[in-house]
Amino acid sequence: MTMTDAPAPSPTSSTREVLSLRGITKSFGAVAALSGIDLDVLPGEVVAVVGDNGAGKSTLVKVLAGVHRADSGTITFEGREVTIATPADAQHLGIATVYQDLALCENLTVVENLFLGQEKGRMRLDEVAMEVRAWELVRQLSAKIPTVRIPVAALSGGQRQTVAIARSLLGDPKVIILDEPTAALGVAQTAEVLNLVERLRESGHGVIMISHNMEDVRAVADRVVVLRLGRNNGVFAVKDVTSEEIIAAITGATDNVVTKRSAARASRAADGAPVEVAAAPATTDAVGGATR
Amino acid sequence: MSGSTTQTTTTPTAPSAAGSAVPTDLQDERLRQGTGLKGALSTFVGNLRQGELGILPIILGLVVIALVLQALNPIFLAAPNLVNLLLESAAVGTIALGIICVLLVAQIDLSVGSVSGLSAAIVAVLFVERGLPLGIAIAGCLLTGVVIGGLYGLAFNRVGVPSFVVSVAGLLGFLGLQVYLLQPQGSINLPFDSPLVYFAQQAFVPPLLSYVLVAALAAGLFLTGLANARRRRAAGLSAGSLTSLALRSLALLVGVGLFVAYLNTARGVGWMFVFFVGLVLGLHYMLTRTKWGRSVFAVGGNVEAARRAGINVRWIYTSTFMLCSTFAAMGGILQTARLAAANNSTGGGDVNLNAIAAAVIGGTSLFGGRGTAFAALVGILVIQTISNGLTLLNLDSSFRFMVTGAVLLLAVALDSVARRSRTSSGRG
Repeated sequence: MTMTDAPAPSPTSSTREVLSLRGITKSFGAVAALSGIDLDVLPGEVVAVVGDNGAGKSTLVKVLAGVHRADSGTITFEGREVTIATPADAQHLGIATVYQDLALCENLTVVENLFLGQEKGRMRLDEVAMEVRAWELVRQLSAKIPTVRIPVAALSGGQRQTVAIARSLLGDPKVIILDEPTAALGVAQTAEVLNLVERLRESGHGVIMISHNMEDVRAVADRVVVLRLGRNNGVFAVKDVTSEEIIAAITGATDNVVTKRSAARASRAADGAPVEVAAAPATTDAVGGATR
Repeated sequence: MSGSTTQTTTTPTAPSAAGSAVPTDLQDERLRQGTGLKGALSTFVGNLRQGELGILPIILGLVVIALVLQALNPIFLAAPNLVNLLLESAAVGTIALGIICVLLVAQIDLSVGSVSGLSAAIVAVLFVERGLPLGIAIAGCLLTGVVIGGLYGLAFNRVGVPSFVVSVAGLLGFLGLQVYLLQPQGSINLPFDSPLVYFAQQAFVPPLLSYVLVAALAAGLFLTGLANARRRRAAGLSAGSLTSLALRSLALLVGVGLFVAYLNTARGVGWMFVFFVGLVLGLHYMLTRTKWGRSVFAVGGNVEAARRAGINVRWIYTSTFMLCSTFAAMGGILQTARLAAANNSTGGGDVNLNAIAAAVIGGTSLFGGRGTAFAALVGILVIQTISNGLTLLNLDSSFRFMVTGAVLLLAVALDSVARRSRTSSGRG
């Protein structure tokens, strides 16, 4: 059972992180939406950010995407400290965001959507070049899209998610943020999108995945960052943690999960036996609720 | 369960683009697409079934209306009448082009009639009363159009007034301005020998040049299609059948050529109508081949998506309002030229609604994101055909209004049915 202490940098060498947040704070009036958030993303790593409603996940995404500006804290991107003031800044750095509602134009075709806002050729669109590049992206993601010349309205939810992710890859980003990529998708389509996330990891992208779905998180994520009421409430390596433990951290059933796990590790180190830490009985309801 | 999802679903082996003879875009096995002429035909039939009617039903409707009117009055299809009909179409058709632009971004401009009337008044005042050169008078009108559209954009973007309300305010306000400018007589006549009136009433394309223009049009269609097909093949993509392209070009050449030849037995094709067709082609290019046009469709389809894609949504709205008012101003100049006068009722009456009806009959969606520049051409021909035919039957404007209303309803109903079949076949 390994875990990283939430407030400290992750144990891997700090120069490797493609993106690293320290002490990010954001308030809306009297409400502190985020206070002292730390987050690290390595290249080729999928970091799941989980948390209850109002935990600050969306605010965190918006800070990274440049929609909101953090009040304090530092953002380090590829070893440089940066400020992300506008969505254009984020795109420029190489942070691409795929929002939950995908933001696709249903009346436009796949190619047209992929290149929306960044078409090749201002007064004379280069349709051929755009279509060729679109096929490259589709193949790169091994996406199941029969033709790129049909309106997005004709695609399934999973295919639309694919288009949205493919579009985020156009700018050759280093970090891709997926906001609830599997919400509202069926079983097969969810699997399709999870495959996609793994392919992003294989190609060396850092992926931040916001999710409510424990199964999805456990299926693809390498690490899970739990937010609770705008604060870090634990960072777990997925292969060593149970859903119940994550949910306990989400709901606050174990209020000070960090110290509790540290204690558990210490005791395990002491007597060499595996230890279950999480307050399992208290979270049964929460499991049903969160994995619904 | 958690881990197994991703491990069991293996990546389907994508057919490799290199070395395979199948073009990159046709490799998916689910894709049903014939090749050659037969393929083009079956695709066409498939599109029809799925509600991608395009402009076809309305052209069929136009033919039916024309045949009925011809049966009722044999003068209708006579060449002199058709020559006249085309000339009458140009002014309101030009205004309808602007309506298409605002409808594409899911907005509306109800003031185009008043703006065209105001523009008529301005050209008359500047050119006749002030004696300024015609070019300056026309530039003044167009500039007025740009400014009016800019004001609408400002009110819409910055203040947040719905375009419906802004343009109703404009409808009243600019009608007042038009009447004010034309005081005290309420009418200003343009001299018959002025180039403007000559352009609208007497200027016809010489027969030889008219055939050259038609041939150029067909050759243009063929050559751009050919160049495009060549580029697509070079890039490893599929290209449409050459035979079908050749046939379409030939059909254009023969069809339009014969029609022009028929018109040439009378006075021929008016330059004003050629000018209108030029505007249609220009707008078509802008809408389909430029970044601006793509943005217009995006804003009409999903504003939020367009905004997040980095499109300057405010500018797209403002530019379409500007274009609409400018086309309206241009239409006003053409109306004045055609009547050789500007008066208090220029641009009044049914001009406003005919322009909107033309755009809608031609297949422009009222909900944004769907339509083509050709809608203005086809739509105005339908409206003008009805108007002209009923006038020939000695039926007054009461019948004209009723029939036009019925046709508009029919066109919108047809569009709704098509939309339903589009939805059911997933083409939303």
